[in-house]
Amino acid sequence: MQTSDNPFSTALSLIVNMDSALLSIVQLSLQVSLMAVIIASVLALPLGAALALWRFPGRNVVIVALNALMGLPPVVAGLCVYLLLSRAGPLGEWGLLFTPTAMVIAQVILVLPIIAALTRQQVEALHGEYAEQLNSLGLSRLSMIPTLLWDARFGLLTVILAGFGRASAEVGAVMIVGGNIDGVTRVMTTSIVLETSKGNLPMALGLGIILLALVTMINAIAHIIGETAKRRLG
Amino acid sequence: MNAHHTPPVATLELDSVGFIHRGHTLLKPTSLRLSGCQRTLIMGPNGAGKSLLMRLAHGLITPTSGSVRWQGSPPAQAMVFQRPVLLRRSALDNLTYVLAINKAPRPELTTLTRKAQAMSALEKFGLAHLAKRPARVLSGGEQQRLTLARAWLLNPQVLFLDEPTSALDPAAIKAVEDAVLEFHHSGTRIVMTTHDLHQARRLANDIVFLHNGELLEHTPASDFFTAPASREAKAFIRGELVW
Repeated sequence: MQTSDNPFSTALSLIVNMDSALLSIVQLSLQVSLMAVIIASVLALPLGAALALWRFPGRNVVIVALNALMGLPPVVAGLCVYLLLSRAGPLGEWGLLFTPTAMVIAQVILVLPIIAALTRQQVEALHGEYAEQLNSLGLSRLSMIPTLLWDARFGLLTVILAGFGRASAEVGAVMIVGGNIDGVTRVMTTSIVLETSKGNLPMALGLGIILLALVTMINAIAHIIGETAKRRLG
Repeated sequence: MNAHHTPPVATLELDSVGFIHRGHTLLKPTSLRLSGCQRTLIMGPNGAGKSLLMRLAHGLITPTSGSVRWQGSPPAQAMVFQRPVLLRRSALDNLTYVLAINKAPRPELTTLTRKAQAMSALEKFGLAHLAKRPARVLSGGEQQRLTLARAWLLNPQVLFLDEPTSALDPAAIKAVEDAVLEFHHSGTRIVMTTHDLHQARRLANDIVFLHNGELLEHTPASDFFTAPASREAKAFIRGELVW
């Protein structure tokens, strides 16, 4: 990758030259973060909705714990997954350490509390409005979950984007469990760390600009889809 | 009358049903028997406990004392609320939604697909041209008609309505009242709250009068409006505020 002193022209030349090393880094970044967000959403949306609907002893403890975990430092999540997956760890036999799968697992742990906690809030508010009608229709709490999630979909889109933002921006977890191996587990954020430590600041900034542009693009697409649907449905 | 065989409506018995919330008695122990396919209107000033009594009867709220019982098996019920609660999807989809979760469609519609059943209900309530429109951008009157169409598809033996017309203009009120009569005509028992005396005169067979969380009388409508038994009901009919 050739560099100049100006980060913007570096970013531009990176994009224009489209070299395969950069492409594979961008691709892996998106793959890992999107996969983590999809898995976390599949788990956290029903979990958050269930937490909104059921009253049980210790519910407040769970809610506070989830809210606190929204601020879980990525390096701590990475360290925990590292200990689980390392050769000596309980899941060491799986041989997942320093693979993209390990990075997805670590990011799921980071993203899941965000999506679950925010889903709980959104669904609880919507349930306040819908509860009597859905009860009158004879729905059980379990069968209310799909209805409430679907009707909260515009708010939940933002929730999922918040989760994606967290996944695509963090470096600590993917660095520890991925190891920043060139061509295997190197992603945008770990590349930026590497280039910075090498003193190649224009390259680091150039990569940063590309990352920001990608995240902005994904958010813009989601925003447009959400706004169009919202305007249609009132 | 309905061409279909309508089973007799089960009798609802409230036995000393009371409701206390955080030390406040919202409904004093109340016994009430609602039998036959009547149109019962629950009346009383604001805060009398009308909506609460209806929610207890429908089973949305569990009483803190006494019991709510249906003689025989509980009938199919539906409720229309003061503020329509519609899902964030099209008018048509709001109706197919209840058909998907409800296993007992109207007998005259069983041969149709869900979508066709929903369309027939929209047509019945004059909403067919709005089928594709998002339910939540409809006018207040259209929204309330849509909740009635939704209730219609549930084929209820008992329909509860909680001040369904309080936020509507005269034309929309007329449409709702016509729908209530249509329900009754097809064999559905009506239980409805209102504080509109004219509406009660138009619709009621019998009146349940509440005041301050206490049932003061349950009388045929003709008696209630000509010779109310309680002092409070007399004042209420004269339009004097009773609290």
